[in-house]
Amino acid sequence: MVKMKTSKGDLVFEIVKYSVLILSLIAVLYPLYFIVIASISDPAAINSGRVWWKPIGINFEGFKRIFQDELIWKGYANTFLYTIVGTMINILLTMSLAYPLSRKNFRLGKYIMIFLLITMYFNGGLIPRYLIVKKLNLLDTWQVMVLVNAVNVFNVIIARTFLKNTIPEGLYEAAVIDGCTHIKFLLKIVLPLSKAIIAVLVLFYGVFHWNEYFTALIYLRDEKLYPLQLVLRSILIENQMQDSMVSDVDMIQHQDVAELIKYGVIIVSSLPVLILYPFLQKYFVQGVMIGSVKG
Amino acid sequence: MNTAKPLKKRKVNAVRAIKRDYQLYLLVLPAIIYFLIFHYAPMYGLQIAFKDYHVLDGFTNSPWIGFKHFERFFNNYQFWRLLKNTLGISLFQLVAGFPIPIILALLLNQVKQKRFKKLVQTVTYIPHFISVVVLVGMLNIFLSPSSGIINTFLGLFDIKPIYFLGKPEYFKSIFVLSGVWQNAGWGSIIYLAALSGINPELYEAAKVDGASKFQIIKNIDLPGILPTIMILLIMNLGRIMNIGFQKAYLLQNSLNAPSSEIIQTYMYKIGILQMEFEYSTAISLFNTVINVILLVTANKLSKKFSDSSLW
Repeated sequence: MVKMKTSKGDLVFEIVKYSVLILSLIAVLYPLYFIVIASISDPAAINSGRVWWKPIGINFEGFKRIFQDELIWKGYANTFLYTIVGTMINILLTMSLAYPLSRKNFRLGKYIMIFLLITMYFNGGLIPRYLIVKKLNLLDTWQVMVLVNAVNVFNVIIARTFLKNTIPEGLYEAAVIDGCTHIKFLLKIVLPLSKAIIAVLVLFYGVFHWNEYFTALIYLRDEKLYPLQLVLRSILIENQMQDSMVSDVDMIQHQDVAELIKYGVIIVSSLPVLILYPFLQKYFVQGVMIGSVKG
Repeated sequence: MNTAKPLKKRKVNAVRAIKRDYQLYLLVLPAIIYFLIFHYAPMYGLQIAFKDYHVLDGFTNSPWIGFKHFERFFNNYQFWRLLKNTLGISLFQLVAGFPIPIILALLLNQVKQKRFKKLVQTVTYIPHFISVVVLVGMLNIFLSPSSGIINTFLGLFDIKPIYFLGKPEYFKSIFVLSGVWQNAGWGSIIYLAALSGINPELYEAAKVDGASKFQIIKNIDLPGILPTIMILLIMNLGRIMNIGFQKAYLLQNSLNAPSSEIIQTYMYKIGILQMEFEYSTAISLFNTVINVILLVTANKLSKKFSDSSLW
């Protein structure tokens, strides 16, 4: 074999390629890294611009205050509830919709697909939906958080594509001969074979619920029902700390402690997703890939 | 010839099929009910955009008043500003944000070292999983004039602190660039999947012909993922008026309002905070109609020029 010489153009390409990729690595990682080191640094050191690469004046004051705060804990608990119950409803409805849609001789399939796709491009908008929720007496209830987004059409398409490709028509026909019904078939054969896609759905829906604040913003007034993201909003964006978090410090320190708390809550709230992320990454990617297959 | 017989037979078959598969219908029922209540009922409720809505009369019985709410919106002194901000941010986002995941995917596809490739992918996907609230919180912290790292950095060059989020002229860039930071990596997955589907023989042939890497990207990679690019472009065009209410609303403050007030944030304030239901619905309907027109047009154009289309 002739070893080809790298041409000048290709060399330039290589240099550009690696520079761009390494720069994107840094651009993504540095802000995240900075949040981490800032959360355990002395706020005075951050303000005077001395914190760049490593924490200075290490302390856990911010985290201590965060863990003492009632609203944050309440928000955490609410978010857990919404995420777990919400995701369960999501999976139940998504799979029970995706299975019939994946069967070739389900006669309504085509029409139901159109019925679903329409909702991806048209909707009644904020107010008519709000009025419906109000009419159902769901305003200011925890149920609204798990019912309003009970199914996502994109995820149904992912699940349907998966089932179409993994559960052959013949398998069902064979099961029917043994006296199997659709529901039995779904529970006993389809679901056990669908672990991979259910993992994908749990992740997509789970992350959605964990990060969701819009539904709460519109339908919840009662602070006791607030999910973590709304508590975060008041701390991070509206600069409203609970008095209990900063009441013991004087005005000058007040601002410093507030900054420290902000860095801390970013970490505390994102941690569950970020810790799980490396383990779950392959499922996420798989999900997007299945979703990109047209069908 | 008797044509009635097969027809009848088909009907009998249909009835038999429904009987046989009744459980499939039972299975889809709950989800169908969900869509009827939370998606189709609101569509029915859109009619209040043309009505004088009274809560007691409901959607159906409130009296019609025609296009009054629309006229009010078009005559509003804010109308052009809202439209300009919405379209401005959206187009900027499309021009700056759309090509970046493609470039990232093309470059990643050329990386031979598996571990480095995996590393870049893993890292660039992370921001996608950060919530909007946290993202905006981070922007607030980093861009703060008193303690933000960006201003500290600029201070090294003797540049006075700038209150970025308080300046209307920076809003668009902050909005779009933070979006790129959050979603470029994630957006590249789909293109990488498309690239992995390209026939390897094409690369072999190109190598034999002595093509440069740049030529390979231009003549094999790009045409290979063009259908994917077109589909995503159409979908983006169909959303041009929806630029992420959540982030815009969180990033807004009274100082940057001249450039941060968009149709959707205005709609929220009018509708939910001021309870002007019909007026807000009219604004949202206007928004949707423009989106649909753009979507249909883009789809037609794409069909004509590239054979890819959504339907």
